[in-house]
Amino acid sequence: MEISEHKEAPSVIDRYYTRWYRTDLKGNACEDHCVLQHSNRICVITLAETHPILQDGRSIKSINYQISAGCSRLKNKVSGKSKRGGQFLTEYAPLCRIMCTDGVEYTIFSCIRGRLVEVNEDILKRPDLLLQKPSTEGYIAVILPKFEESKTVTEGLLSRAQYEEVVSKRANQQPEPC
Amino acid sequence: MLPLKEKDRPIIQKLLDAGCCGRCILRFCCIGTQSAYRLSNEDLWKDLHAFVSNTEVASQTPSDDPPSKRIKLDSDGKADGGETEGVPMVTAEPTADGTESSVCVVCLGVLQDFCNPSFTKKISEVVKSEEYQFESLVLSVSLPAQLLVREHSCWLHIKKEVREKSMCLDKEDVIQVKEAFKWTVQSMLSETLGVPAVMKSPFEVAVGFIHPDTDADCHFLAEACSDCFHTSKNKERSVFTRMAVVKALEKITDKKFLNEYPSPPAGVKTACVAQETTCLHLSTYVAGRYNKFSRTLPQTPWVIDGERRMESSVEELIAAPLLTAFKCESFNFSSSGREDVDVRTLGNGRPFAMELLNPHRLKFNKMEVRQLQEEINQSSDKIRIRDLQLVTREAMGHMKEGEEDKTKSYSALIWSQKAITEEDIEFIGNIKDLEIAQKTPLRVLHRRPLAVRQRVIHTMSTSHLNPHHFTLQLRTQAGTYIKEFVHGDFGRTKPNLGELMKTEVDILELDVESVDVDWPPAIPE
Ligand SMILES: [Zn+2]
Repeated sequence: MEISEHKEAPSVIDRYYTRWYRTDLKGNACEDHCVLQHSNRICVITLAETHPILQDGRSIKSINYQISAGCSRLKNKVSGKSKRGGQFLTEYAPLCRIMCTDGVEYTIFSCIRGRLVEVNEDILKRPDLLLQKPSTEGYIAVILPKFEESKTVTEGLLSRAQYEEVVSKRANQQPEPC
Repeated sequence: MLPLKEKDRPIIQKLLDAGCCGRCILRFCCIGTQSAYRLSNEDLWKDLHAFVSNTEVASQTPSDDPPSKRIKLDSDGKADGGETEGVPMVTAEPTADGTESSVCVVCLGVLQDFCNPSFTKKISEVVKSEEYQFESLVLSVSLPAQLLVREHSCWLHIKKEVREKSMCLDKEDVIQVKEAFKWTVQSMLSETLGVPAVMKSPFEVAVGFIHPDTDADCHFLAEACSDCFHTSKNKERSVFTRMAVVKALEKITDKKFLNEYPSPPAGVKTACVAQETTCLHLSTYVAGRYNKFSRTLPQTPWVIDGERRMESSVEELIAAPLLTAFKCESFNFSSSGREDVDVRTLGNGRPFAMELLNPHRLKFNKMEVRQLQEEINQSSDKIRIRDLQLVTREAMGHMKEGEEDKTKSYSALIWSQKAITEEDIEFIGNIKDLEIAQKTPLRVLHRRPLAVRQRVIHTMSTSHLNPHHFTLQLRTQAGTYIKEFVHGDFGRTKPNLGELMKTEVDILELDVESVDVDWPPAIPE
């Protein structure tokens, strides 16, 4: 391999994952989510770079995976190859709630149907990971779609190109978007 | 003379009357002398006849059989010798009901029509045509399940007689049809093919018989002992397996059996039909080490959604010349670990072993094995093998032994976001026996359970290429996921190289430099 001085090779995400997006989740302006779909059908849910939490040097007060009195994503346990026992999520299942220091709370959603495999507990101890590396170490959760739905599970989502289009339109139409 | 005793006489008479063949008579008399079964049908018949008629002269207790039955006996004799024409019959009595009663009611002809040199010749011709290398053989026989029913019926028939005469004889003492068949045909086959017949021979010659006309013989058992017959998952297969029929016959009372099934069994018009003779040689094994020089060659065929990805594989490249040389049908490949499709395996290579199924050829001297290795190496420049050798099944276990404790050496091409400094190189080189925790990598998480595994990076060293690239040499515990150790896998491997170097790093290329498993033994070039 020719080795140039600067990085030309695509990153791990570029090489193995397809980026999908859901914008303005639940009608909330700019609350964009990103789904990284591995070629093996595993999906990693992250904040899209346009999500309000990641704008204007905001900081996080708390992250809570307890999404209701009876349901905590931290209690999720999977066993075996088939990930038995994992919570089954639909598109609008909340994964966690994030409270910013300015008092605004955001809910992060699953975006796709599938079995919850794991949530990222590291961001509980280090919320800065979410701000500094939102698409890698600051991921929210890992979801495994059903085998028979692996092709259709991203049908309602936007491709990277469509997402970029939405973002650029947003910039043109609204001088102060979020 | 046949090794028959006075007490066999009434049994023989009864079996003759029932329509049993000579060998079945020997079986029910529990004769264990194999040579008796090897007599020709004609000689056996003559001897049995002589034994029975002798009785009539010598014995003080005259036979109470009506004369008509003896005529039937003679007719049996004629039919029995029917296969070889022109052989003089024991009696000159014409056979009125000849063909109908000619087939043995118990073995359905298996011990009549097939225990002879001509059938043995047919088997041996099949074996010869397959061109197997073998030093011994074992004959296996598969018989229709209804023979068990007929055997039981016949046993009940003579059991009455046996009890009256107060003789000590049990069903287990009766020689089995299979046994009697082997005593004749297996020994003839062994002689014809010039190898000994050995019970545990790796070379099996299988013959089978069917008799569709009497398949219904078993059916009454399904109602009488319904719990013995479970509907098979595979609907093509009959529920009346030999196992199930044996079980049912052990359970059913004599009374119930006799109510449902005639004793002795009814006559049949035709004999069993022989199925195709098949041969099977036990697997043989080879082992060696392979190098993989390509980043687009998977170790085993790569199939996604039923579609083939990448045109070949390491195992196929190695197997192709072996399949031809060993003249075998298929193989099973195993190795000490495996590498990803884009990873090369260099150095001494990775130990592998291959099971070759049903090989027709097995004997290769060292020179021939070397030539075979050469042939494999000539066939592709994507792989190279060494240390190719014949191994035993048991020895293959060494390859997987303590796989987790072994170390593996790798060489990786790393990109670093920040420019690499002398301090970085020194820092990495000073790290020893670093314990890391790896969550099951996302790239295999779809097919492996989620777990955290502790692994050890024993040593690392670097060679500088340019400010943003360097080569990293690693020696690690087997089972360490190197790619994930480098890029961190979303922070799921901790610590990872990026974290240690406080920058973003990525792995661009990976080579396995050595797999420290000392099996198979090295073969000097
Ligand atoms: Zn018979």
